[in-house]
Amino acid sequence: MTLDIAEFYQTFFDEADELLDEMERLLINLDIDAPDSEDLNAIFRAAHSIKGGAGTFGFTHLQETTHLLENLLDRARHGELVLDRTAIDLFLECRDVLAGQIDAYRASEEPDQQAYEDMAQRLRTLDEQGSAALAAPAGDKPAAKPAKPAPVALPEGMIRTVMISGIAEDKCSTLVEELGLFGDIESQAYEGDTLTVTLAQPAASDDIESVLCFVVDADQLSFGAAQAEPAGNTAADGAGAEDVVAQAVSEAVAAEREHRPQDNRTQEKATAPAEAAPVAATAAASKPKATGKSSAESSSLRVSTEKVDEIINLVGELVITQSMLEQTIGGLDTEAHGALLEGLNQLQRNARDLQEAVMSVRMMPMDYAFNRFPRLVRDLSSKLGKEINLVTEGESTELDKGLIERIMDPMTHLVRNSLDHGIETPERRKAAGKPAAGTLTLAAQHQGGSILIDISDDGAGLNRERILAKARQNGLAVSDSMSDDEVWQLIFAPGFSTAEAVTDVSGRGVGMDVVKRNIQELGGHVDIRSTFGQGTTIRIVLPLTLAIMDGMLIRVGEEVFIMPLGAIKESMQVQADQLKRVAQDKQLVYVRGEYLPLVEMHRVFDIDNAQSDVLRGIVMVIESEGRYFTLLVDELLGQRQVVVKNLETNYRKVVGISAATILGDGSVALILDVVALSRAGRQSETQVQRAALA
Amino acid sequence: MADKNLNFLVVDDFSTMRRIVRNLLKELGYNNVEEAEDGAEALEKLNTGKFQFVVSDWNMPNLDGLEMLKRIRASDTLKHLPVLMVTAEAKKENIVAAAQAGASGYVVKPFSAATLEEKLERIFDKLGM
Amino acid sequence: MAEVIANDAARDAAADMEVLVFALGGEEYGVDILKVQEIRGYNQVTRIANVPEFVKGVTNLRGSIVPIIDARIKFGLENAAYDQHTVVIVLNVGERVVGVVVDSVSDVLTLSPEQIKPAPDFGVAAATDHVLGLGSVDDRMLILVDIDRMMSSSELAIVEEVEAIA
Repeated sequence: MTLDIAEFYQTFFDEADELLDEMERLLINLDIDAPDSEDLNAIFRAAHSIKGGAGTFGFTHLQETTHLLENLLDRARHGELVLDRTAIDLFLECRDVLAGQIDAYRASEEPDQQAYEDMAQRLRTLDEQGSAALAAPAGDKPAAKPAKPAPVALPEGMIRTVMISGIAEDKCSTLVEELGLFGDIESQAYEGDTLTVTLAQPAASDDIESVLCFVVDADQLSFGAAQAEPAGNTAADGAGAEDVVAQAVSEAVAAEREHRPQDNRTQEKATAPAEAAPVAATAAASKPKATGKSSAESSSLRVSTEKVDEIINLVGELVITQSMLEQTIGGLDTEAHGALLEGLNQLQRNARDLQEAVMSVRMMPMDYAFNRFPRLVRDLSSKLGKEINLVTEGESTELDKGLIERIMDPMTHLVRNSLDHGIETPERRKAAGKPAAGTLTLAAQHQGGSILIDISDDGAGLNRERILAKARQNGLAVSDSMSDDEVWQLIFAPGFSTAEAVTDVSGRGVGMDVVKRNIQELGGHVDIRSTFGQGTTIRIVLPLTLAIMDGMLIRVGEEVFIMPLGAIKESMQVQADQLKRVAQDKQLVYVRGEYLPLVEMHRVFDIDNAQSDVLRGIVMVIESEGRYFTLLVDELLGQRQVVVKNLETNYRKVVGISAATILGDGSVALILDVVALSRAGRQSETQVQRAALA
Repeated sequence: MADKNLNFLVVDDFSTMRRIVRNLLKELGYNNVEEAEDGAEALEKLNTGKFQFVVSDWNMPNLDGLEMLKRIRASDTLKHLPVLMVTAEAKKENIVAAAQAGASGYVVKPFSAATLEEKLERIFDKLGM
Repeated sequence: MAEVIANDAARDAAADMEVLVFALGGEEYGVDILKVQEIRGYNQVTRIANVPEFVKGVTNLRGSIVPIIDARIKFGLENAAYDQHTVVIVLNVGERVVGVVVDSVSDVLTLSPEQIKPAPDFGVAAATDHVLGLGSVDDRMLILVDIDRMMSSSELAIVEEVEAIA
């Protein structure tokens, strides 16, 4: 049996990340004046567990840092150390340093020595002299080295470094080019007749071997870690691996016993050889009894998104195959082939359910994104000397995980901007007759085939004159007659900043253009609403590019469209007495005590051979932005969950259409833009009113 | 330097693409080029034993390029035949799949004569042709 | 043996140009082969309402939604029929992918710099500012099309107009 220590690393890193998040949440919510002893215990246990794991795997820096932190936390929970804001700040910074160290180990690098020494020094100072001694230098210490986007620790069969021997120098570029298939090349070196290449991202050694065999023979290849490994790691190579694990197990058990002395099951397992190791090593880093919402996680399973995406693709193929079968058997006699048709119906239901279930795996509540902001707001407000309340709304709005991840950076930037430039200092706010504490609101909602994320502050608002002046100074073509919207968009121009003072929080003029570009890359856009003196709302509008939508397939003439299911209130066949013609081609439909405007699909989309007689078609009642209108279609073909594809990737925005999707037969169907259709309805309403006045 | 008299078989379901590849090969000095419309037709032609090199598209009706490649590698008479796969996208998954099915090389559409030459040279080099 | 070029994009302007030759209303046109992603038949296009007639709609190209433009209609040619012989050239325009319907595709030719002449003001279907130059091969004349400019021109309306301030 071969043991791959990397798998244990992976588990440890993941658990440590969770512990750090938990620690952060608890520290932020801690009532300094009357700390809850359960919370203090939980924070202590988090540090303790990480220390145990770090010791097990020989992550010296991590072990030392957590050891110092643990001592302080131990004193705090026994009431020997009085916590104040300075101490909490230091603990939070320490948490960041630990996160940086873990990322470094994960990337097989040594953690930042300077950050470690600084943090260790300050922890010792707090321990020996109390927080007063820290207060002065604490403010502007550099935070932990920004975490590299860490590749995950290498699972079995995955490698980053390839060595190719016995090759001529002129072959190198060819080989490097092929390796480029596996992502960026971090480094390459040619020595003797051997080329050593390190990839930025790990790849399967089998895959690499297959591809390189276009150029060289398999026996010229070797894989491995050519660069320095963190201490304790190198010993894991080769025959020594099991020993190291065995040792890891016993230490892990010791650590485990310490904080769960009543439970000795783990110890029993550890006496069995290697097989028990995964359990025990995991236990070393096991979560403290989680408080509050994270307690449900214990029954979850960690799966890479790649695997999920592969399943989604396969299910997509399955659904297409099933649709093809359905079309093939369309003409069969139901009498003679009853069992076959019944079976296919069952298959259809199963395939749809499976697709639905699989797609929901990728969806995450916005909570996942919002959760990262309490810390940021807390840190920045104290740094800026401002008082800020953070409010979040629509946390349960679900969004594709990939989209959430990619929207984090732009959101973070916008939040920093609001805190720095939007919300005023308490003095200024009081002078302006506002409450001393400003409010920052993060809100998410689904609307009209889009996801809206609002970042609002009740701060000073944008200053039209200053933006225009700055734009002129930057040589941008502007005029006083520009609308507010156009003026606000100027802040997204490259190199643009109106901040009076450049601060280290934001405001060097770099970034807002990047924010806009990032959002556009996701197929979205940014709207700004601002009232001078009262505040600013920045709205990120994202199409559901990566998202899944429940839709109703509708037929008009020979064309098929998708109507977002959430917008449909009901559908019906109307009677003549429900109709009221108010202009030559404007009609209203009387539904439940109200006359609603009628929008005819075939007119809006210029469709031939469609049902134009309202009494013979289907009328759907649609809601948009709190208003209702009716929509005439030929037929409802059924409900379906569809993958939303952006039209603007290769084409452009189309009026009345929010996106597109691919149906089971491989054809493209357009997804209706409810908001735009509602406007078409309102236009007719206005005309109705005008006609009534005339 | 490879023998300019090698017999090439170009496999693609689209006649224009076949003609493009044929012209590119001609430009590189290879004049003995025949064409096949899909993998099934190609296997038939290959079984005559006349060809020394295959350039094949991936997506084709009847028998696609990857499946054809697998059958070539499974055949005692054809298994040593060099096969250059033409792929529509430089996607890692595609290329790894081609490699694992036993492709001798791959080239991503669209490609120029220079690229094709480079890819051919690489295969000749490896096979000592 | 010709020098191996590691990167096609790095070719300098003085180098040879390889073009895909297509026919449109009796004229022969050339487009840089490196812009051509593939050549396909015409099938299953979903119509888009309220767009110029030459925008036929969008199609599914391996999971991407790609617009299909009929250059024959754009250039006012008769008999724009759609059957199994209709040819679509799939082009990479900037970061977008666009399908263009033409009469037929003939071959790939290599043009040396000497074979390329600047475009005079001539009366063919394509507007002059979309023409890179004229290529002459033996007694054939190719109109070399600047596909990026052609597709981003506002009249083709593939790409939304650039905002006033960007």
